[in-house]
Amino acid sequence: MALAEDNNKRRPSRAPFSERAWPAVATTLKTLGSIAVTLVGLLFITFIIGRVMPIDPVLAIVGERASQSTYDAVYEQLGLDKPLIVQFLYYLWDVIHLDFGTSLLNARPVSEDIARVFPATLELATLGIIIGVTLGVPLGVLAAVRKGSWIDQVARVVALVGYSMPIFWLGLMGLLIFYGILGWVGGPGRVGIFYVDVVPSVTGLILIDAALDGNWDVFKNAFSHIILPASLLGYFSLAYISRMTRSFMLEQLSAEYITTARVKGMSEWNVVWRHAFNNIRVQLITVIALSYATLLEGSVLTEIIFSWPGIGSYITTALLSADMNAVLGGTVVVGLVFILLNIFSDLLYKVFDPRAK
Amino acid sequence: MSETQTLRQWLLTDTPSSRRHAKLSALYQGWLSFRSNTMAMIGLWILILLVLVAFAAPLIAPHDPFVQSLGNRLAPLGTEDHVLGTDSLGRDILSRLIYGARITLYIVALVALIAPVAGLLVGTVAGYVGGWTDTVLMRITDIFLAFPRLVLALAFVAALGAGIENAVLAISLTAWPPYARIARAETLTIRSSDYISAIKLQGAGPLRIITKHIWPLCISSLIVRVTLDMAGIILAAAGLGFLGLGAQPPSPEWGAMISEGRRFILDHWWVATMPGLAIFTVSLAFNLLGDGLRDVLDPKAGE
Repeated sequence: MALAEDNNKRRPSRAPFSERAWPAVATTLKTLGSIAVTLVGLLFITFIIGRVMPIDPVLAIVGERASQSTYDAVYEQLGLDKPLIVQFLYYLWDVIHLDFGTSLLNARPVSEDIARVFPATLELATLGIIIGVTLGVPLGVLAAVRKGSWIDQVARVVALVGYSMPIFWLGLMGLLIFYGILGWVGGPGRVGIFYVDVVPSVTGLILIDAALDGNWDVFKNAFSHIILPASLLGYFSLAYISRMTRSFMLEQLSAEYITTARVKGMSEWNVVWRHAFNNIRVQLITVIALSYATLLEGSVLTEIIFSWPGIGSYITTALLSADMNAVLGGTVVVGLVFILLNIFSDLLYKVFDPRAK
Repeated sequence: MSETQTLRQWLLTDTPSSRRHAKLSALYQGWLSFRSNTMAMIGLWILILLVLVAFAAPLIAPHDPFVQSLGNRLAPLGTEDHVLGTDSLGRDILSRLIYGARITLYIVALVALIAPVAGLLVGTVAGYVGGWTDTVLMRITDIFLAFPRLVLALAFVAALGAGIENAVLAISLTAWPPYARIARAETLTIRSSDYISAIKLQGAGPLRIITKHIWPLCISSLIVRVTLDMAGIILAAAGLGFLGLGAQPPSPEWGAMISEGRRFILDHWWVATMPGLAIFTVSLAFNLLGDGLRDVLDPKAGE
């Protein structure tokens, strides 16, 4: 909180001056302040969740047969005798240093575990958003240009089904059909069992690692494993992206400058892509950033269906074995990424869209 | 017949004779325009059917949803006496789906009560009181909005323990912020209107103004939002059930049923497929209904 309050105090005295001279500085300070408040709020929520857990963190360390004095010593060592607010500050301090405690399951630092599993999620979500954008944007544009035609209807149904479908069920059906019956794709996991650890891990993204290593067998195998879950995530972002693209485009296409361009005899292609589409790019990028953020967290269920060793699987496994440090660490990381992407899309909007100023 | 004709005319009159008359007339006209939306009507019928099925579950379910029959496990679709087959413990899938409708409705109804009411409270207070209260309440709302919903719900359920009630609480905790935003926006526009100044001069206190004059006007936009959110709520509840954090076995919750059937997906596909279809149908129905309601109650929000 301290950072944010400090910033709040400073703002009123600066405002008149900055309005004339440095509007950018004022805005930046304000944005930074609100980011800080949001981040601290996020950590506060996870901290509270950790406190109300029915699991005794001391017992988890000392075991049930420890003497009272051992118990008390650990109790003090963990700082549990201090007031709640002090404990929270300790917690903040740890998190700032990327210390999420040790996992109760494998006794390794949670931050190391997360660093290991996060690239898998990143790879999946990135491929997913690429699929979603390359299909969703043209679909939305087409639906807007041919409003009311069959393609508009198709786009509508595609989106509606996407909004209504349980993602984990669609994943299961996909596995059943494309893996179980047709055999077109690799099954669960990131690569087949014979390809595990064949290429050195440089980026943690198997597709890129395999390409760097020039090992195309691994690349092909990894691709056959990732394509189904990525298409699945891609479909869900496609549903949202195509709807948003459509409504942005409709707004532009009804504007007068479009009529003018048409009257001038400009080709329809140029009207749609050069004029209308150019004007929705900023809005579209914010939508895509938001969608990407949702994919990073929405992959929890998908990862479980496809035994994908990402952060969603990590959190869920930890949850089921009551490994609280791991759960909270994972939650904080996902929350951070989510918030940062949100902020990023906000900023983008402010920077590129003159109307937002 | 002639009586309904006159009732119809009475409802469609241009010159309502009383306030109630005008209200009923507006409702009826809304209904007429809603009725012309085929997709929305399909959604409505599916949901009516769902409610009927849930209420009449003991009457229409062919079997007890909990009775196991290990000799008859994993029977395929169309088996005599088990139209949708049986699961790994030989329980009739159709009966479990029928009883599962109760759980789904229960979860949706509870969340639809808790989240909008909480949001309405926070939003109207923030909007009406303004100043510091507004800043603090909206900051909190923003923090919750910034949190990824499923992960937050997961963490909450982890803290509270698995179970239906806790799943409902967790989903509500993640679902209220948008309502608060809407209610606040509505309150801000209403607060400065003349009729609020008029009743203030008549001596109405803030409590009375908020509950009697602001809340009624926020309701319609909240209803639209709730209906559109229902699909998401169902999917979230099913997701928690699938992860084993919602309803606990042997409860016939649809998400949990999918999770059970997942182990046999390659050889006995129907066990996981049927509950998924049920979830899909119901959330599709809510989406269709929500779209239709939005067109009637809030025409500007559509295209």
